[in-house]
Amino acid sequence: MSHIEAIVIGGSAGALDALLAILPELPDQLSCPIVIVLHLPPAQPSLVPAILSRACARAVHEAVDKAPLRDRSIYVAAPNYHLLIERNRSLSLSIDEPVQYSRPAIDVLFESAADAYGPSVAGLVLSGANHDGAEGLCQISQAGGVAIVQAPATASSPMMPEAALRHVGPSAHVVPLGDLGAFLARLVCPETFGGLSW
Amino acid sequence: MDRSIADIELSLLLESIYLTYHYDFRRYSAASLKRRVMAAIVHFKCETISRLQERVLHEPQVFAELLRFLTVQMSDMFRDPTYYRALRETVVPYLKTYASLKIWVAGCSLGEEAYSLAIMLFEEGLLERTLIYATDINPESLRLAQEGVYETERFTRFSESYRLAGGRASLGDYYSAAYGGAVLDRRLKKAIVFSDHSLATDSVFAEMQLVSCRNVLIYFEKGLQERALSLLSDSLCRKGFLGLGLKETLRFSQHATAFTELVPDARIYQKI
Repeated sequence: MSHIEAIVIGGSAGALDALLAILPELPDQLSCPIVIVLHLPPAQPSLVPAILSRACARAVHEAVDKAPLRDRSIYVAAPNYHLLIERNRSLSLSIDEPVQYSRPAIDVLFESAADAYGPSVAGLVLSGANHDGAEGLCQISQAGGVAIVQAPATASSPMMPEAALRHVGPSAHVVPLGDLGAFLARLVCPETFGGLSW
Repeated sequence: MDRSIADIELSLLLESIYLTYHYDFRRYSAASLKRRVMAAIVHFKCETISRLQERVLHEPQVFAELLRFLTVQMSDMFRDPTYYRALRETVVPYLKTYASLKIWVAGCSLGEEAYSLAIMLFEEGLLERTLIYATDINPESLRLAQEGVYETERFTRFSESYRLAGGRASLGDYYSAAYGGAVLDRRLKKAIVFSDHSLATDSVFAEMQLVSCRNVLIYFEKGLQERALSLLSDSLCRKGFLGLGLKETLRFSQHATAFTELVPDARIYQKI
């Protein structure tokens, strides 16, 4: 059995396209919840859940407060709210100040995930044009979780993955966009897909 | 900092605050509360939560300042215009059938929402017969809310939201320049009573036709959220209205069955 109980993903410019490439690649056996923060203009309502929903067979929800995290489900942060994971495996929202000019902020989600899951969470930083997510991914790594970064050369905006790499250092897994789906499958379901060696 | 030690320190800090100042943060959502406490220890230049606790216990002014970190002071006038538009179109017609109205803005922070409701009620000819209670736990927020002075730059955004919310005039009709900012009209202030009230420790104080409690419950963990919802529900008259934040829901609460979803997208509920 895998020890990964949840995957958290963050990105900005170029990350929606990356998700549309990754999510359809995830096998059914990968059942843990996936929680996503994308930087978006604060327009209501967000179209992202509908777009991702069409791209994969999983249930995709816009995050609402106190929703319990369910297997085989994807949760997307709502515009204008930070999204956090509580230790009881439910979501919570906040309208605290923007972090790195962003609300939702990837750092906020990742830090809460590190605190809630310790070593049982994987964090993934995708394409984007600022530094959000670097600090949060570092905390996931320090808590024993798995830090993954989209290979900057395969990101349409490499700044965010590069910043995450600089921050986390050599313990981060750098994975090209085309291999990310398979990487997550092997990480979460090592028996079925052959574990990763590192 | 060691994770489990920080957890112990945090719960000791919250216990100290409760025993000393009678503010109860012990059942706030842990994830965001922790972030705010961590921001506070940086601000107060304390190395650990324990060092902050010592200062909180012995220096009341440190606690007064810490409250600014523990309570969230983020709002806008007519924040989420769809909410105000739905109130105006769907709830106001019911409110017009009452001879006098009591409305409660629970967790009013700096008062933006209370003034927004007052403007809407004024335009609907209801303000004369309405008393708005605007409550918060932070005395400094209440003092500022009472003053009703906001930075002039914010009114560009407020005006746009006011228009999208179905405003009938110009937001400029309701404020004048003062003290390097804009001060809201006395007619609005006269209808609002700002006062201290805690959803965590206080109880029902009047019977309301409308309770607006937006982006407050998100800061409470489940048990405290249920307590607060009991209080809000008990404060409403039969067929009274409850407005929540757009990403808050009664769906996961035991109070869900006591309400109908009047305008689901705007999170406006009606008590059965």
